[in-house]
Amino acid sequence: MRLIAQQLLKKITSNKKALLLGYVLLFVALAVLPFLLSNTVGRTWVRILDFALIYAMLALGLNIVVGFAGLLDLGYIAFYAVGAYTWALLASPQFGLHLPFWAILPIGAGVAAIFGVLLGAPTLRLRGDYLAIVTLGFGEIIRIFLNNLDHPINVTNGPIGINKIDPISIGGVDLTRTHEWFGISFSGVHIYYYLLLALLIFTIVMCVRLENSRIGRAWLAIREDELAAQAMGINTRNIKLLAFALGATFGGVAGGLFASLQGFVSPESFGLLESIMVLCMVVLGGMGHVYGVLLGALLLSVLPEILRSTASPIQRAVFGDVYIDPEALRMLLFGLALIVVMLVRPTGLWPAPRRRTILDQDVDRD
Amino acid sequence: MSFFHVKSMSVRYGGIRAVRDVDIKVNEGETVALIGANGAGKSSTLNAIAGLLEHTGDVYFDGANLTAQPVFARVKCGISLVPEGRGVFGRLTVEENLLMGAYLGSSQQDQDADLHKMFEFFPRLKERRRQTGGTLSGGEQQMLAIGRALMARPKLLLLDEPSMGLAPIMVEKIFEVIRGVSKTGVTILLVEQNARLALESSQRAYVMESGELSMTGESRSLLQSPKVRAAYLGES
Repeated sequence: MRLIAQQLLKKITSNKKALLLGYVLLFVALAVLPFLLSNTVGRTWVRILDFALIYAMLALGLNIVVGFAGLLDLGYIAFYAVGAYTWALLASPQFGLHLPFWAILPIGAGVAAIFGVLLGAPTLRLRGDYLAIVTLGFGEIIRIFLNNLDHPINVTNGPIGINKIDPISIGGVDLTRTHEWFGISFSGVHIYYYLLLALLIFTIVMCVRLENSRIGRAWLAIREDELAAQAMGINTRNIKLLAFALGATFGGVAGGLFASLQGFVSPESFGLLESIMVLCMVVLGGMGHVYGVLLGALLLSVLPEILRSTASPIQRAVFGDVYIDPEALRMLLFGLALIVVMLVRPTGLWPAPRRRTILDQDVDRD
Repeated sequence: MSFFHVKSMSVRYGGIRAVRDVDIKVNEGETVALIGANGAGKSSTLNAIAGLLEHTGDVYFDGANLTAQPVFARVKCGISLVPEGRGVFGRLTVEENLLMGAYLGSSQQDQDADLHKMFEFFPRLKERRRQTGGTLSGGEQQMLAIGRALMARPKLLLLDEPSMGLAPIMVEKIFEVIRGVSKTGVTILLVEQNARLALESSQRAYVMESGELSMTGESRSLLQSPKVRAAYLGES
C-alpha cells in the first residue's frame, strides 16, 4: 500500500506538468479557503485559521532550534512575547507611537533575534535536559518581567496588558476593515489570512533552503556529534547562536502578527503551557521536517477548535446533557493523542525522510 | 624551525595535569607515531593540538604560531583531526559526511574533484555513497572519517587511535590506507595503542607515559629497544 503510494507520488513529482498543476490547484484551494469557510461554517473559522497560520510560523521557528540544531528549547514562547510586546509598544497609544507595519516588522524581528542571542550565549555549553531547564527559566523570566514592568516606570501595563494595538495597514489601507475589491467583499480576517499565508510561505521557503544549505548541514553535524563537527572546522559557537537567533526571529515576527491581529497583548498569553504546545506541534508533526512541523501546527491548532465546537452538541444529542466540560475533554483527548502518536509513530506523523531511512534500516538490521 | 612544533604543552582537567610539558616536532612529509598505554595522555595531546582542548605551551605550524587560535582556525591552517571513535555523522550519507570535511570551503569544482579522488582512494565508500554513515561497518566508518578529514586538504593529519575496535584484518587495511595517504605527501601524527603497527608505519615515534614523553627516536630503533619491547610489544 505504502509502496504504491510512494510510486504514485514519484510519478507525479517526476512529471513537471503534473507538479505545476498540483501547485496551481493548491494555490487556488488556499485562495478560496477563507471564503468557503466564512460562507459555510462562519467567519470565526477564518479567524481560527489565521491563528493556525501564526502557530505554524511559530512552530517552524522552533523547529530551527529543536529540529535542525537539536537544542531543546522550552522557553521559546518568550520570543513570541518579545515580538508581540515590541509590536504593541511601537504601535499603540501606550507610548503614543504608531510606527507603520513595514518598520515594526524588521524591528520586532531584530529585537527577538537579540533576545535569541542573549539566551543562546550563556547556554552554549549546555545540552539536553540542562539546556531545557535554563530555557524554561528564561521563558518564565520574560513573562514575569512583562507582568511586573508597570512600575517604577510603566512600560508594559503589567498584568492588564496593552490594548488598542494598531491594526496593520499597508499603503494606507487598513487591513482590519472590510474592503471591496474586484466586486468581492474582503473582511479583515480574510485580508489577514492572505497576509499571514504569504509570510508563512516565505517562512517555509526560508526553512527549506536553510535545511539544505551549508548552515543546515552544520546544524545537523552538531546535533550528531559536536566534537566531530568542531573538528570539521565548524565554528560551533556562532552556528548555534545563529540557530537561536533565526528561531527567535521567526517567533518574534509571529508574535508581532499575533499582537496586531488580536489588538491586545497581556503576559498570560505567553505561559509555559504555550511553549509546550508549540513544542508538541514540532514533535508530533515530525521534528526537523518542515512539512511535518507544518502539519503538526495546523492539526494542533485547528482540531481543538473543532472539538470545542462539537463536544457539547454531540454530548447533548447522545446523552441529553453535557457531562464533560469541552475544555476538560480537550486536554484529555490532547494528552491521549500525544501518547498514542508517540507510541505508534515516535518520529512524528510526517518525519523527515532522513530520520525515516535510519529507522527503517534499524528495523532491517533486527 | 621545523614544520610542526609543539613546545612544552600541558593540558589540565580541573586540577589534574593530564599532559605535562610535552615537546613534539614533526618534519614535513613525515609520519610520526605517539604511542603509550591507556590513559598516558596521548589523545589529550592530539585533541589539544587540534584546538579542541585548552592547553598551555605553544603550537607552531608551517611558520605560524597557532597557540591562541580556535579549532576552526587551525583546520583552516591545514590541521585536520580524525577523532577517536571516528565521529562519523550517523544520519548523514557517506557523501554528505565527506562534504562536511570540506566545510571550510574550497570551490564547488575542487570539492567535486576531491570527492572523486576520495572515491577512487576508497572504492568501498563509493559503493556506499548514498548510505547513511551509521549503517557502515567499523572499518568503513574509519575510512570515511579519514576521507572526511582529507577533504579539508590538510597539510598535517592527526589520527587518533585508527585501529580502535576493529577486526585485525581491518586494522591492516586501515594502516595500508594510512601509508597510502602518507605517500601522497601529507604529514601525519598518529596516536596508537597498537604499538607494533604504529612503529612499523612511521619514521619516528614518541613514547608517552603518565602524561610525559619518556622516549623518542626512530621507529625502527624503538622497535628494537628492549624497554619498548617489554612495555608495549608484549615481549619480555
